[in-house]
Amino acid sequence: MNDEIRTIIREHARLSVDVDSLSDDADLYQAGMTSHASVNLMLALEDGFDIEFPDSMLKRSVFESVAAIAAALGELRRAAA
Amino acid sequence: MSVATDRDGLFLAAVRAIADDVAGPLADEVDRDARFPVETVDALRAQGLLSAFVPEELGGAGVSFDALATACFELGRRCGASAMVFAMHQIQVATIVRHLDDAPWFEGYLRELGEQQRLIASVTSEVGTGGDMARSIAAVTPAGDGRATFEKQAPTVSYGRYADDLLTTLRRSPEAEPGDQVCVLTRGEQHALEPTGTWDPLGMRGTCSPGNIVRAEFPVEQILPTGFAKVMNESMVPISHILWSHLWLGIASDAFARARAFVRAAARRKPGEPLPAAIRLSELMSELSLLRAEVSSGLREFVDASAEDRTRLSQMATILRFNNLKIAASEQTPRVCQAALGVCGIVGFKNDTPFSVGRHVRDSLSASLMVANERIHQTNATLLLIAKDV
Repeated sequence: MNDEIRTIIREHARLSVDVDSLSDDADLYQAGMTSHASVNLMLALEDGFDIEFPDSMLKRSVFESVAAIAAALGELRRAAA
Repeated sequence: MSVATDRDGLFLAAVRAIADDVAGPLADEVDRDARFPVETVDALRAQGLLSAFVPEELGGAGVSFDALATACFELGRRCGASAMVFAMHQIQVATIVRHLDDAPWFEGYLRELGEQQRLIASVTSEVGTGGDMARSIAAVTPAGDGRATFEKQAPTVSYGRYADDLLTTLRRSPEAEPGDQVCVLTRGEQHALEPTGTWDPLGMRGTCSPGNIVRAEFPVEQILPTGFAKVMNESMVPISHILWSHLWLGIASDAFARARAFVRAAARRKPGEPLPAAIRLSELMSELSLLRAEVSSGLREFVDASAEDRTRLSQMATILRFNNLKIAASEQTPRVCQAALGVCGIVGFKNDTPFSVGRHVRDSLSASLMVANERIHQTNATLLLIAKDV
């Protein structure tokens, strides 16, 4: 799943560095992701994984790293299963 | 009466007395001369009100956030500029109180703030960021020996010359991205302000907010431990919008009070005769009640969210909520003030009658500009793409 997440980050998060140079825990905002870009990333994740983030997940901390996004997606999938 | 309500009651009685006896009588002079309301701030200091929101264990009065908001309303009814200075100071205090994370330097600072009644101004806006508080250009620059420096070009620094200390937003380091920000508290002797402009605005003239280049050198302990992104969402932005909207409601309420006094005086002069202004006053009242409803529900939701789970304030739906409060209140306040002018007519338009509302109209026009509504709409437009239940 992390590879898919990284592909979507590469296309939408508009980082100032290549996402593959970052660890799963690296802070995407510190790597240059703006609030505006983060919303595009959220939309692309919803589309790519065919899910909807509830309002309780729509906050900065949930999208701050590859690992955080993977955890949120995992939680949504478990809830749907 | 519980200890908490007693504390709030004493605080508000002191604020009302200063509003009525000091801020109100000087409001026209402060406005005309575009001068800092020094007497009001001195009176607030003398009563220890600058540390009202600091918790008791750190030497403050520990008043509730509700009381703080009501205080902004009360001062706003008497002098918009005094209320704005009070509100902006309390926004900085509340931000530090909510995010100091047990940092010893900041705990010590809050104790000193209580003892010395220090006034804090903020340096959040910056030339070159297009009004986006969530980005900085100026950076905390290491200077060795646990010290750092910064130089920031600020298009406005409200009452900077009169403040004891400054809370400044900056990039975390010279290498940090524009959105990777921290807040730094510097004391008077640690910074210098170089004015870059004059101050002769349309309204809110007593806030004395010309542009400045701010330069500082300080120990790194004075960087607030919590990053600004969290501080901004959980405290600085919603608290600003709530305290500002309360003082705007104060301005609008006084404009309404003057219009009502005008209509009553007219009714007494010619008892029994038709009074077209009375109908306009009734229309004005319904506009004011819309403003009051939005302002009080905003306060309620913030207090509830803060008590329940503060991280809820970071959710996009909640950010939208408090952005809407700012937009709605800043647009409705001038509408009310202008309608009051419509009721009072020429005696409201004159600056020297008991029914003058010119200052109210002019002060209220600043509301949609301080953090421009257009910028907030841009943010909202993006958040609306993804937020669900708004």
